[in-house]
Amino acid sequence: MQWFDALVQGILLGGMYAQYALGMALMFGVMRIVNISHGDLVILLSLIGISMATAWGLGPLAVLAILVPLGLFMGWLLQKAVLNKVVGSDPLPSLIATFGLSIALQNLMLQIWSANSRSLPGGGIESRSVDIGGIYIGLLPVIVLVVAIALTWGLDLMLKKTRFGRALRAAAADVEAAAMTGINPRAVYALATAVAVGILGFAAVFQSLRSTVAPADGAAQLIYAFEAVIIGGMGSVWGAFIGSMVLGISQGIGFRIDPGFGVLAGHLVFLIVLATRPQGLFGKA
Amino acid sequence: MTAVLSTHGLVARYGDFQALYGVDVELHAGEAVALIGANGAGKSTFLRAVMGLLPVGRDMVRLDGEPVGGTSADRMVKRGVAIVPEGRRLFTGMSVEDNLKVAVDQAARLGAKGGWSIERLHRLFPILKEKAKTPVQSLSGGQQQMVAIGRALLCQPRVLLCDEISLGLAPKVIREIYAALPEIRGAGTAMILVEQDVGLAKEATDRLYCMLEGRVTLSGRSAEVTREAIGEAYFGAGHAVV
Repeated sequence: MQWFDALVQGILLGGMYAQYALGMALMFGVMRIVNISHGDLVILLSLIGISMATAWGLGPLAVLAILVPLGLFMGWLLQKAVLNKVVGSDPLPSLIATFGLSIALQNLMLQIWSANSRSLPGGGIESRSVDIGGIYIGLLPVIVLVVAIALTWGLDLMLKKTRFGRALRAAAADVEAAAMTGINPRAVYALATAVAVGILGFAAVFQSLRSTVAPADGAAQLIYAFEAVIIGGMGSVWGAFIGSMVLGISQGIGFRIDPGFGVLAGHLVFLIVLATRPQGLFGKA
Repeated sequence: MTAVLSTHGLVARYGDFQALYGVDVELHAGEAVALIGANGAGKSTFLRAVMGLLPVGRDMVRLDGEPVGGTSADRMVKRGVAIVPEGRRLFTGMSVEDNLKVAVDQAARLGAKGGWSIERLHRLFPILKEKAKTPVQSLSGGQQQMVAIGRALLCQPRVLLCDEISLGLAPKVIREIYAALPEIRGAGTAMILVEQDVGLAKEATDRLYCMLEGRVTLSGRSAEVTREAIGEAYFGAGHAVV
């Protein structure tokens, strides 16, 4: 029973990781950009949300309604102002640019919010739980998982069915051929990053509801997103979701073995996948 | 009569390597022109330069007399130029239908109007209807070429640039694809065909240009240019076609 409980908790944790991983998978899949500032953007959005909630007494839903559009705009601006200038067949310039941005963002956040940990008041939702056959499941983690599934499904549907999605897939397959077909790659890239960071608006609200955030926390979020994307197979949306589940379950079971072993268990599974199946579980060789 | 597309002293380079040395080519409305020449003569480079895939001077390429050199490829599509690129360059991982829809989407976005629809394309190449849901990487070379041509046509071009559409295909398939060209021209689309096969090129076009080492060495009416003249222009003076 306790292992089943660990599995359930792991899946719920995976829901949180999926919200980080989707945007990273999208950016990598379309532009071959590994956004090092991904985690810092979550923290930045979280801190903005917490400040707004504190200043204006907003509830989590209102904060979400502001952070998602704000994330969309920040992503669009990030691509237009920075990443479009460094994107290309060589992944190194964008890696360095986002690494620099990551450091700059952390210092900016320290300057504005200091190093204190904060969290978003959820009006009791964060501590409510339901008893299902002897297992207590937190209401918030369930909501996080449901939102993660909805986001993954929505993103997948968008890629498959919409004009923008087709343009994105075309640009991902062959950016020059996409331009020859009338696609403006830089405009498509700006929208892709907007969507990627917009999703982080969801992640930011849930992250700051379920635990505390501080300006230096971004690196940990980045590594989980990165691991989930690698485990699932780079550039695949459902792959990123499954990768997040694998990571979450590994950590859940690891925590049950020993509370100090949880995070390490996730890293070990990541290393095993990297060593035995470097293209990821759902990646093409 | 002004040419729909013309180049004027077109120069292009890849880094330090100069590939084109002042190329003048004219294409009139509804006309088909062949560009022949040996490997490395600069034919593909010429098409890439026209399409805006290589940096070139503004005045070197004119569309309806207006300088458009160096305009990005997506804006060239908006202005009515489309390309069937060398090596086909389909969107791998996407179905035939989705490959074509990308062009339909963008033509709609750019406000490009013309007579091409997916249905009309299916009449031209019926196999594409049958294979609509198939991922493009599972198609035969000829079928892939049809998708590449279809994708370019759905951009609703006034000028279609075709880069070696017969390359690597069986003779029967080449005939099938070339049989579609009259209908494409009939829709009012002018064409530049880059072609290795001189016989095929002469048959399918009104005029031809022969290139050698980045320069035009011969131009004339396809029906009138002799094999000897082509041989000389193709390989340089002193050679002859056997």
